[in-house]
Amino acid sequence: MYKLLLCCRYLRTRYIALASIISVMLGVATMIVVNSVMAGFSTQMRERIHGILADMVLEVNGTDGAPNPEANMEKIRKVAGKYIESMSPVVEIYGMVSFQWRGQYITKPVTLIGIEPESKSRVGVLKDHLKSFQPEMDGGKIVKPAARSLSEAPNWELLESYQRYRRIQVQNQVRWQHQAEPAEQDAEMPQAEAPDKLAQLSLKTFPFHPDAADLTQEANSLPMKDLFEDDVAPKELSIEEREKPLSGRLYVGLGVVSFQYENQKTGKLETEVMAVPGDDIAISTVSAGRPPEVVHFTATIVDTFQSGMSEYDANLVFCNLEYLQEMRGMFNRKTGERSFTSIQIKLKDYNDADKVVSLLRSSSEFPVGLFSVQTWESKQGPLLAAVSVESAILNVLLFLIIAVAGFGILAIFFMIVVEKTRDIGILKALGASSGGVQSIFLGYGLALGIVGSGVGMISGLVFVWNINVIESWLTWLTGHKVFDQRIYYFPTIPTSIEPLMVFWVAFGAMSIAVLASILPARRAARMHPVQCLRYE
Amino acid sequence: MTGIIKMPQTHLSAIALEKAYSKGKLQVPVLRGVEVQIKRGEFVSIVGQSGSGKSTLLHLLGLLDTPDVGEILYDGQRIDDLPAQKRDQLRNRVFGFIFQFYHLLPELNLLENVLTPLMIRHSVWEYWKRRKEFQDLGRDLIHKVGLDHRLTHKPSELSGGEMQRAAIARALVATPEVLLADEPTGNLDNKSGREIMDLLSSLNESRQLTIIMVTHDEALARQAHRTVRLAEGQLQVQREAA
Repeated sequence: MYKLLLCCRYLRTRYIALASIISVMLGVATMIVVNSVMAGFSTQMRERIHGILADMVLEVNGTDGAPNPEANMEKIRKVAGKYIESMSPVVEIYGMVSFQWRGQYITKPVTLIGIEPESKSRVGVLKDHLKSFQPEMDGGKIVKPAARSLSEAPNWELLESYQRYRRIQVQNQVRWQHQAEPAEQDAEMPQAEAPDKLAQLSLKTFPFHPDAADLTQEANSLPMKDLFEDDVAPKELSIEEREKPLSGRLYVGLGVVSFQYENQKTGKLETEVMAVPGDDIAISTVSAGRPPEVVHFTATIVDTFQSGMSEYDANLVFCNLEYLQEMRGMFNRKTGERSFTSIQIKLKDYNDADKVVSLLRSSSEFPVGLFSVQTWESKQGPLLAAVSVESAILNVLLFLIIAVAGFGILAIFFMIVVEKTRDIGILKALGASSGGVQSIFLGYGLALGIVGSGVGMISGLVFVWNINVIESWLTWLTGHKVFDQRIYYFPTIPTSIEPLMVFWVAFGAMSIAVLASILPARRAARMHPVQCLRYE
Repeated sequence: MTGIIKMPQTHLSAIALEKAYSKGKLQVPVLRGVEVQIKRGEFVSIVGQSGSGKSTLLHLLGLLDTPDVGEILYDGQRIDDLPAQKRDQLRNRVFGFIFQFYHLLPELNLLENVLTPLMIRHSVWEYWKRRKEFQDLGRDLIHKVGLDHRLTHKPSELSGGEMQRAAIARALVATPEVLLADEPTGNLDNKSGREIMDLLSSLNESRQLTIIMVTHDEALARQAHRTVRLAEGQLQVQREAA
């Protein structure tokens, strides 16, 4: 009983010891904050990566692909059917996009992925990233509801508003062609004054509202022309036909057709969009077959997507699968057989992934040299490994902070034991055992640990819950952005609190406090009562 | 309890006690063969100059220390070689200590200080169940030593005499059979000292408590039934009180 009473009393009266646990508290709080933010980052990142990639991919080694996706999907079903929820054949190939913007040609290397939107959206998240399925947000409020509802399956149709925009563009083009000579000058003229207006076009004013009058005007000034018109489209198309979107349809990563810059006047980060749905852009890629030849075609942007992973947004262009297959010569006109380069697989339970990988790898249907099977995690291995290594190192470093705090407790406890020498003597004279005296100090250490990690835990959690408020205070206080969207890609700091992590951090801090009090407690236990009481 | 057993009877005795302290490499002998017999209900004072070994003798008798040579007998049973746990129990139940510097625990208030031996004896659960009973006992003793008005005061708020009375109450709460007092009045003025001595004498009489008191004050020593004189670690004269 006396142990409990004395522990509580010491806790309430020894402020010096409370000072020593401030470092425990800070260590626990920082560990919780850092872990939550890191976990938030990695879960968000994993979500975004996983969203674009499917659970698993069966890839054909080589860009020519393999014929007959249906037969291959049937084989996969035969091998590991019970684990698989759905599959989607895709053609993945590198390519280039080029489009004209303010009189210059912009050419970018991209990864071109031919997909069937319906089956693709069943193997991974697609709709959530497409602009037409997203409501337009401004400062957390919905400004404009989504153009398409999420229950709708994604398709390659152009939205009515984009269609209208395209019609105007085509009509303008036709007008220019009719007045060939003056049109040249007209095209030059507005460009001189255009940049100012264009600079104001930020992400907020996009997607294009073709019905708005000023935008229509600007649309007039935007040069618009099929880059490879001569090669692909015969010149003598009627206006109605030209108004229709081309048979090549694209979902373009927003990063491919836009760039970010800092507005010097407002200091805000703005996004300049260079091509919008309804515009045509040119694609260059290589054909299947020997020798690989360059293939050019023009396709209409149907939608833009933003996954949140800048790497993907700046690199991926989705194309309608059939068209890409035809353009690349992966379509046998006689037999009607199509080829694919990979099959994306969604599993019923992702925990079975390793099992399915080994099933497919060991199956004779998919010989190792010809096919490779990977989970999305192993495809993104280095990135995910980097994140986990980073957080492991941070954890080690931060835990060292708590360990240092442990030495502080050790030192202060030694002091307290010396200070309490007389009391230890009294307790022993009154019949307290050595073990009892030892447990007073161990209990005291544990109590300090509980208080330290408890307060640390609470302050850490409060910090995490309000991290974005704190970030904006800091930004206001220091005058420059603490969490820059350009660097981290997230508009707000993502956090994810894992109860198990919090538990282990608190538990670790408590055990360090107890460990640090073992030596002083043993010393106290070994003290001789007579020597404790002899001198005053 | 003491009433049942007929006096005089040897209650506590020391046989050929020797004790030396080591100062560095030097062995300093403190006690060199001390023999004492103390009867039940006796009030014995031990006198001697500083360094004569009187406090050491008291500590050995109270099991705070172990002799190098010799035995301590309690009711005819050897107790100095008992395992630590038994010795702790004996200290808690049989012996009550009073020190020159009172040695109250500064974090606890008066009542809690007085109840410390009971807290040491009982586990948390036991103590919690019987806390009413114990607190009444503590209050009762505090009333007996005349400190009712100081019940919740911290030791730092008490005077020397009050602290010593509190220490006596603490020694009594465990209902000991032997009270060991080490210079109980050494730090007090005459009046307080006299009060403490009166208290001890009355306890000796009313409870038949065996009291062994160490002092260097001859006048105080004379209040005891018997004085044991120590010089250079050896017993000199044993004299019956006048």
